[in-house]
Amino acid sequence: MRLPFRPLAVLLFAALAHTATHAAEAQVAVAANFAEPIKAIAAVLEKTTGHTLKVSTGASGAIYTQIRNGAPFDVFLSADHQRPELLEKDGLAQPGTRFTYATGQLVLWSAKAGRVDAKGEVLKAADLGKVAYANPKTAPYGAAAVQVMERLGLGTALAPKLVQGESIGQTFGFVKTGNADVGFVAMSQVLLGGRLKEGSMWVVPPALHDPIRQDAVVLKRGESNEAAQALIKLLQSPNIKDLIRSYGYGV
Amino acid sequence: MATGFEAVLLTPSDLQAIWLTLQVAGLTTLILLLLGTPLAWWLARLRRWWVKPVGALVALPLVLPPSVLGFYLLVTLGPQGPLGQAMLALGLPTLPFTFAGLVVGSVFYSLPFMVQPVLSSMQALGERPLEAAASLRASPLDTFFNVVLPLCKPGLITGTIMSFAHTVGEFGVVLMVGGNIPGVTRVVSVQIYDHVEALEYADAHRLAAVMLGFAFVVLLALQLYNGRGRSESANGGRA
Repeated sequence: MRLPFRPLAVLLFAALAHTATHAAEAQVAVAANFAEPIKAIAAVLEKTTGHTLKVSTGASGAIYTQIRNGAPFDVFLSADHQRPELLEKDGLAQPGTRFTYATGQLVLWSAKAGRVDAKGEVLKAADLGKVAYANPKTAPYGAAAVQVMERLGLGTALAPKLVQGESIGQTFGFVKTGNADVGFVAMSQVLLGGRLKEGSMWVVPPALHDPIRQDAVVLKRGESNEAAQALIKLLQSPNIKDLIRSYGYGV
Repeated sequence: MATGFEAVLLTPSDLQAIWLTLQVAGLTTLILLLLGTPLAWWLARLRRWWVKPVGALVALPLVLPPSVLGFYLLVTLGPQGPLGQAMLALGLPTLPFTFAGLVVGSVFYSLPFMVQPVLSSMQALGERPLEAAASLRASPLDTFFNVVLPLCKPGLITGTIMSFAHTVGEFGVVLMVGGNIPGVTRVVSVQIYDHVEALEYADAHRLAAVMLGFAFVVLLALQLYNGRGRSESANGGRA
């Protein structure tokens, strides 16, 4: 019964061996805020090298925990720089491969047009409703938002109005549904093709908070994965940097 | 406020989350007793076409993920949603990010845990006690309070314990509509999630162990109670 299938199996094995040397596949864990750009980047990677990516998106904290517990990822594009650093210390990442692939741009956004002015004065408005921000303990955009409010001297005034999303995605949801009047979100969430999708925003001056460094790192499992190494190289190429910028990140 | 022992085990914000959780679960259970009991009675007694659809609606949270419930609460209760707009028109604040909002969400979320046990004890009642009460000229209200409720006590107690415990264990709904505000909406489950996400594993472990112990004690109590009820009714049958 099994004999007739043997040639097929040999052929299949040969085909697999062939692809293994020329077109590899990497499992990439990506912070949720970078879900859109990574799709475009994966398409470029496949077109130029034939390598493919299998992308899992989620909260950086959750991904980090998964990796520590043996999740089969080759590359990690985090929303922060602490977790890739920790993975390197833990011996779970390939040393020397960590670098900043994007810098997050914080914006104050409202789903209502004309609500947020170009200087963020709305934060001092008497009729200001709920202000959403991401959990500063776990989301770098949330930590940056706290710094902004403190540096503007608004920390105590805004405290009773604050609501916290567990992630920058949930924070965006609070504002999008109008449950929060304004919110500190990632510029990448409110832009489409480089332009504001809807509502109104204030691009928070980067001087008001520590840079939101999003670091990438190759994990131990991806050390000899060609697709993983190719992705890291691609992320540093000028064309891809332009692409990342168009999604509302600094590079 | 905290005794020395608690302070070693749990942080002040953990204790605050526990206290808040008990408040949400307590109030939710009380509301469910007041709403769920008559609702179960209608479902048990009425022979109308809409009884089955209502029964299915009540059971929905058993099947739906809490994220679905939380999402719809956020959208419909928000300032752009129909219910949210109605509340604003009445001069009331919208519910997301408030203690009241959490309770409303929990009432939906735990509704079947109250209604199902009460309903099944009411269905098990049969016609005879009601006919006996009617022949003694008891009014329907009188019958409900003095015949039905005492006879359905096991169902009511099971429903109360299950509603309370289920609300304590709630996570998805509060995560979606809560806003994680300390003392207002940050309940124990969200606090544990926070600890884990912030890599505070020791803190997460302590609070999670408390929850685990609580859940076990509740379920054990329920088993002991049900076991007692069964042997009582068995004896009653023999007598």
